[in-house]
Amino acid sequence: MTRRILDHPILGKMEDNNYVSFTFNQKGYKGLENESLAAALLANGIRTLRHHEESGSPRGIYCNIGHCYECRVSVDGQQGIRACLTPVKEGMTVESDGQLPSSKRR
Amino acid sequence: MDNAIIIGAGPAGLTAAVTCAEKGLDVVVIDEYMRAGGRLLGQLYEEPNGNWWNGIKESNKLYEKAVDLGVNFHLNTAVNNIENSNGIWTIYTERETFHTPSLLLATGAAEAPVPVPGWTLPGVMSVGAAQVMTNVHRVKPGERGVIIGVNVLSAAIAMELQLAGVEVASLTLPKTNQVTQDAGKPKEVLDSLLHVSHMAPSPFVRYGSKLMKNDFMKKLGVNFFPKKGVKMWDIPIQLRKAVTKIYGEDEVEGVTLATINADGEVVSGSEEHIPVDFVCIAGGLYPLAELAAVAGCPFYLVEELGGYVPLHNERMESPLEGLYVAGNITGIEGAKVAAAQGRTAGLSMAHHAGMDDLDGEIKNSIKRTEQTRDNAHIQFHPEIETGRKKILQQWDAYQSNKERSVVSNSRGGIT
Ligand SMILES: Cc1cc2nc3c(=O)[nH]c(=O)nc-3n(C[C@H](O)[C@H](O)[C@H](O)COP(=O)(O)OP(=O)(O)OC[C@H]3O[C@@H](n4cnc5c(N)ncnc54)[C@H](O)[C@@H]3O)c2cc1C
Ligand code: FES
Repeated sequence: MTRRILDHPILGKMEDNNYVSFTFNQKGYKGLENESLAAALLANGIRTLRHHEESGSPRGIYCNIGHCYECRVSVDGQQGIRACLTPVKEGMTVESDGQLPSSKRR
Repeated sequence: MDNAIIIGAGPAGLTAAVTCAEKGLDVVVIDEYMRAGGRLLGQLYEEPNGNWWNGIKESNKLYEKAVDLGVNFHLNTAVNNIENSNGIWTIYTERETFHTPSLLLATGAAEAPVPVPGWTLPGVMSVGAAQVMTNVHRVKPGERGVIIGVNVLSAAIAMELQLAGVEVASLTLPKTNQVTQDAGKPKEVLDSLLHVSHMAPSPFVRYGSKLMKNDFMKKLGVNFFPKKGVKMWDIPIQLRKAVTKIYGEDEVEGVTLATINADGEVVSGSEEHIPVDFVCIAGGLYPLAELAAVAGCPFYLVEELGGYVPLHNERMESPLEGLYVAGNITGIEGAKVAAAQGRTAGLSMAHHAGMDDLDGEIKNSIKRTEQTRDNAHIQFHPEIETGRKKILQQWDAYQSNKERSVVSNSRGGIT
């Protein structure tokens, strides 16, 4: 994937290279261990994390730091987990959240 | 029971933790993010002396210092509620419950949203989200984007995106509506940018501020602001344009950009489509103070500080026994000011824990915070000092009211 910034003019080369495997909606992906799920998915070209409960419209991250709850997914069967705050681990099973009450923000 | 608990591992919380631990307190730091550093992590800019301020490095330095001093970290742990009974604070998290006589809220700031039609599409994110993706996670928010909202933070982040090889097609305004108000008016935006021109990352703003000393000149500046905008590090800043719509089927595919007049009204027929794969929204920052509200701390609206702030004094004490605040929860400023406030809070907490002879150190720390503010590279509000004075006046008024009511209550008791 070319979406990662492997070399940065000020921050230098990326040091982490410990890739782990996880699934999102039954498909397998690789992410860097302990990076956020939101970052790992975006690095795989995935922006849509769930669909809105009522309108069915696609939703992705908004704030990326835990404030807006737009990025809720299920992780290993537990619902309502914020993808932007959750570190990726080997073997994680991630799924789009379905039936939670509509979001706080919108 | 811990001597001191700190919620928030940003520059304020980390510095407070280090200070408390140096004074011999047992300290616990709780943060919902997976790394310590808070919003300092994403910061990256060149200081006037030519050195780069690398937020990740600065965060790691503070974190390692705290760990070396024995500070106990609970990361990935969100605090849901706090409560006081008999002088002891109880902190409820998703996992454990904590207790302490001395609690610091250093929860920082949040970004205000700007609803633009289409803003719920995947690929639309806050400008801070793009900063974290790019500088902390090292994942591009997209290949080519537009930033809606022109302010100090969005200008700085536009430059950071550029640095990482992400194309910023335009830094522009939202179409005015009741919510966007001044943020959508070129004249007001220019006005607010001029106040920060001394630190402006752009020669344009620096140069522009000399040209546009008075209102008349400023108005002229907007009217003659080239329709195509001006470029800053090759990024077009377009104050004569506004995004009227973000479009795309399942993800962002582009934005509709229109020409606006000096009052922010769209010139009909001027709309054009700009293909992009992400959009950043920059609505400005406000103090994240929910936990102080839950605790029952009085609040005041101080515009210069970025919104509602919990009442506090220069020693970073709230009016509630054993509750302290530091950093952006007390008003929006840069990381160095937040850290300086964190040191003061840490000293006040050590004092509360029974350490004597700290008054001199606390006074010095308060003075150092002021100096840091005077020398700040980034200033989010030009009248920050006025804001700081306002909240201190509120503190004095609150204290003398309290005394008066104590006096009248006791009189009432006699008759
Ligand atoms: C998106 C964003 C981008 C910014 N970018 C810049 C910039 O480029 N340059 C600049 O000078 N300033 C920037 N700032 C301003 C920034 O707030 C200050 O520079 C500084 O980081 C404030 O420090 P702090 O310690 O007060 O709070 P923060 O650094 O915000 O740290 C607060 C911490 O508290 C945690 N927290 C909050 N609520 C809870 C809870 N309920 N439970 C557990 N943990 C919690 C958060 O996870 C966070 O780690 C930015 C602010 C934001 C919001
Ligand atoms: S993107 Fe806002 S909470 Fe995760």
